[in-house]
Amino acid sequence: MSGVVAATVAAPSALAGGANVIAVGVLLAEFGMFRQALLRDQVRLYAAQSALISALAIVVAATRHLPDLYALAALSFALKAVIVPVVLRRMLRGIGAIGGDPRWSDIAGSHALSVASAVLIAIAVAAFGFFTVAALGLTSPVLPATALSISVAVILVAFMLMIVRRDVISQAIGFLSLENGVSLTALVVAAGLPLILEIAFLFDLLVAVVVFGLLIRVHHGRAESMSTADLTSLRG
Amino acid sequence: MLLLLTLPLAAALICLRAPLAVGRTVTAASGAASFALVLVLVPAAARHDIDYLRVLRVDALSAVFMLATGFLYAAVAVYSIGYLSGEGAGHMAGRRTRMLWAGLNLFAWAMLAAPMTSNLALMWVAIEVTTVISALLVAVEDTDGAAEAAWKYVLLASAGLGLALLATIFAYYAGSQVLGQSYDLGFTQLLAVAGRLPHAAVELTFVLAVLGFGTKMGLVPVHTWLPDAHSEAPTPVSALLSGSLLAVSFYAILRFYQVTEAAVGPAFPRNVLLVFGVASLLLSVLYLFGQRDVKRLLAYSSVEHMGILAIGVSFGAPAALAGVLLHVLAHAAAKGNAFMGAGVLVRKLGTKQISAIRGGLDLLPWSGPLFLLAVFALGAMPPFGLFRSEFEIVAGGLASRSYVPSAILIIAVTAAFLGLAASVTRMLMLPLPRPAAPVPDRVPVAARSVAEGPGSAQPGTDVAAPAAPLALTRGEPSAWMVVPVAAGAVALLWLGLHPPAVLDELFARAVALLGGGAS
Repeated sequence: MSGVVAATVAAPSALAGGANVIAVGVLLAEFGMFRQALLRDQVRLYAAQSALISALAIVVAATRHLPDLYALAALSFALKAVIVPVVLRRMLRGIGAIGGDPRWSDIAGSHALSVASAVLIAIAVAAFGFFTVAALGLTSPVLPATALSISVAVILVAFMLMIVRRDVISQAIGFLSLENGVSLTALVVAAGLPLILEIAFLFDLLVAVVVFGLLIRVHHGRAESMSTADLTSLRG
Repeated sequence: MLLLLTLPLAAALICLRAPLAVGRTVTAASGAASFALVLVLVPAAARHDIDYLRVLRVDALSAVFMLATGFLYAAVAVYSIGYLSGEGAGHMAGRRTRMLWAGLNLFAWAMLAAPMTSNLALMWVAIEVTTVISALLVAVEDTDGAAEAAWKYVLLASAGLGLALLATIFAYYAGSQVLGQSYDLGFTQLLAVAGRLPHAAVELTFVLAVLGFGTKMGLVPVHTWLPDAHSEAPTPVSALLSGSLLAVSFYAILRFYQVTEAAVGPAFPRNVLLVFGVASLLLSVLYLFGQRDVKRLLAYSSVEHMGILAIGVSFGAPAALAGVLLHVLAHAAAKGNAFMGAGVLVRKLGTKQISAIRGGLDLLPWSGPLFLLAVFALGAMPPFGLFRSEFEIVAGGLASRSYVPSAILIIAVTAAFLGLAASVTRMLMLPLPRPAAPVPDRVPVAARSVAEGPGSAQPGTDVAAPAAPLALTRGEPSAWMVVPVAAGAVALLWLGLHPPAVLDELFARAVALLGGGAS
C-alpha cells in the first residue's frame, strides 16, 4: 500500500496518512461485519463504520475548507451511526432476535462457506478491487488515491457479505455498508457534491431502511426465521 | 409540468386517508389526468426542450419515456378498479388494498419524476424510490412467494443501484475535472464539456451505470429478480413494472450513454450494450420455451425486449434509434396488455400454471382475443407497433453493417414468437378438460383450491373467493379489466399502421440527442 502512496505523492502528509488510516478502519469494520457471528455486534460494527466515515468527512472539511461537509458529517452521523442502528435494533428486539430466543440472535451458521474460506475469498476480492482501481490512475485533489482504492475494496467486500451470508439481516447490513463504501468513494472523488444531493441520498437511504425493515418483518412473520435458505421456491 | 409532479403524489395521500371508493376514483382520475398532461407536453417537447426551475427538464428523449409511463399509469389505474373490487375479502384485507392504491400512485409518480429531472443524482434518487415502493407493492399480496420475490427484488435492485450510485459519483468526478469542485451534476452540463472529460473515468462510469441500472432493467446476467417479482406481484403492478419501470431504467442508461458517447466516441458504449443485449436476448428466448407459469413467461419476454432495446442502441444508426424509441412505447402498450389479459385469465381460472389454463377463448369473450392480440403484438406480428419498431431496428442494423447481431436478432425474435405463441395458443384455444379439475400446482397462489362446479355463482362475478366452487361460465370478471386492454390494442395498431406525425418529430429530435448517424 505504501508503494502506491509513494507513487502518487512523494511523502505522505499527515492528512493523507490520517485519511488512509480511517479508510483502512472502514475496511476492517467491513471485514468485521463479514465474519461477525452475533446480530447485535454486526449492527454495532455498522454504526462504528458510519462514525468513521463521518469523522473522515470532518477531516476533509477542516483541511480543504469545504464547510458543506460539516453539515454532511453531522447529518450522516445522526442518520447512519445513530438512527439506522437504533431502528434496526428496535426491530430486531421486536421480533425477538436480540435478547430473546438464541436461535435467532446467533447468525454464525449463516455462512454459505466456512468462515475461513469466506474471509480468504473476501481478501482476494478486496485486493483485486484495490489494485484494479489503483491501475486506473484516478487522482483526487482532496484525498490520496489510496483511499479511493480502499473504498472500492469496501464495496466489493460488502457484495461478498450479501452473497455469502444466508440471513436477511446480514444481507440488509451488507447493502447498508455498500452504501457506506459509496459514501467513502464520494468523499474521495466528489467532495464538492452539492449538499442538497447528499441529503437526497441520505433521505433515500432512510426510506430504504424502512422498507428493508418492513420486508424483514414480513419474511420473519412467514418463515419464522432469519434464514434465506428456504427462499428457493421461485426458479426457472 | 409541476402539476404532473404533484398530481400523483396528492392522489397517493388521498388514497392513504380516504375510503377505498374515493381512493380508486381519485387514482383513475389522476392516471387519466397525468396521461393527458403528458400528451400536452409531447408536442411541446417535440419542438424545443423545456427547462424549469433548474432541475426539471423535458426534452424529446424524456418525453418518449414519460409517454409510455403516462399511458400505462392511466390504463393500470382503470384496470385496478376491476382487479381489486373482484378480490375476495379474505384474499386481500382493506388495509392492503389501500396500500396498493397509494403505492400505485407513488410508483407512477417516481417513474414520471425520473425522466423529468435534468440532474443525474436526482434521477438516481427517483429510480431508487421506484425500487423501494415497487418492492412493497410486490409484497402486498401476503403470500410466501410474494415475500420471497420482494426480498430478492429489493436486495438485488438495491445492490445494483448501489453500483449505479457509484457510477453517478464517478460521473461527478469526471465532470469536476473540467467544471471545478462544485457543480450541479446536470447532464446538460456534462454534455457541454464532454469532449474534455477524462476517458478512464467516463468509461468506468458507463460500465458501472449499465451494470447498475441494467439490474433494474433486467439485462442478463443481472436479471434474476425480474421473473420472480413480475410473477408474484399483483397484476397491475406487474404491468407497471414490466412496461414502464424497465423502460425508465433504460432511460437512465441512455442518459449515461449520451455523455459517454460524446466523451469517448460511440464504439465503446455500443460494444458494452451489444454484449449485454445479445446475452439478454439469447438467454431469455431459451427460458420462453418450456415455461410453466404464464406471468413468468411474460417476464422473460420483457427480458427479451430489453435485450432488443440494448442491441438497437448499439447499432447506432438513426433508423435503429428511432426504432428503439418506438419499441419503448409499443412494448409498454403490448406488455401492459399482455399482463392485464393474463391477469384476467388467472383470475378466471385461479391458477398461473400454463398447463392448467385452457379454453381462454371460450370463457372470455373479450379478454381472450385481446390477450391473443397482445401476445401476437409482443411477438412482433405485422399490423402492430412492435413489428414496425423491430423492423426499423433491424433495418438500422443492416444499414450500419452489423450483420451478425442483426441475424441473431431476427432468429431470436422469431424463436421467441414461437415460444410465446405455443404456450398462449394452448392456453386459449384448447378446450378445458370438462370434468377434471385443473391440477393443483406448486405455486402458492393456487392455495385457493380450484374446483369446477357448474351452477353456483352467477356469470360475470368474481371467482377468487377462497374455497368457493368456481363457475367457469362464459363472461368477463369485470368490464373495468377489459376497457384498458382494448385501449392498449388500439394504441398498438395505431403505432403499427400509422404513427402520428408528432411522434416522428419527437423521435427525430431524440435520435439527434443520442447522436444518431455519427458512427
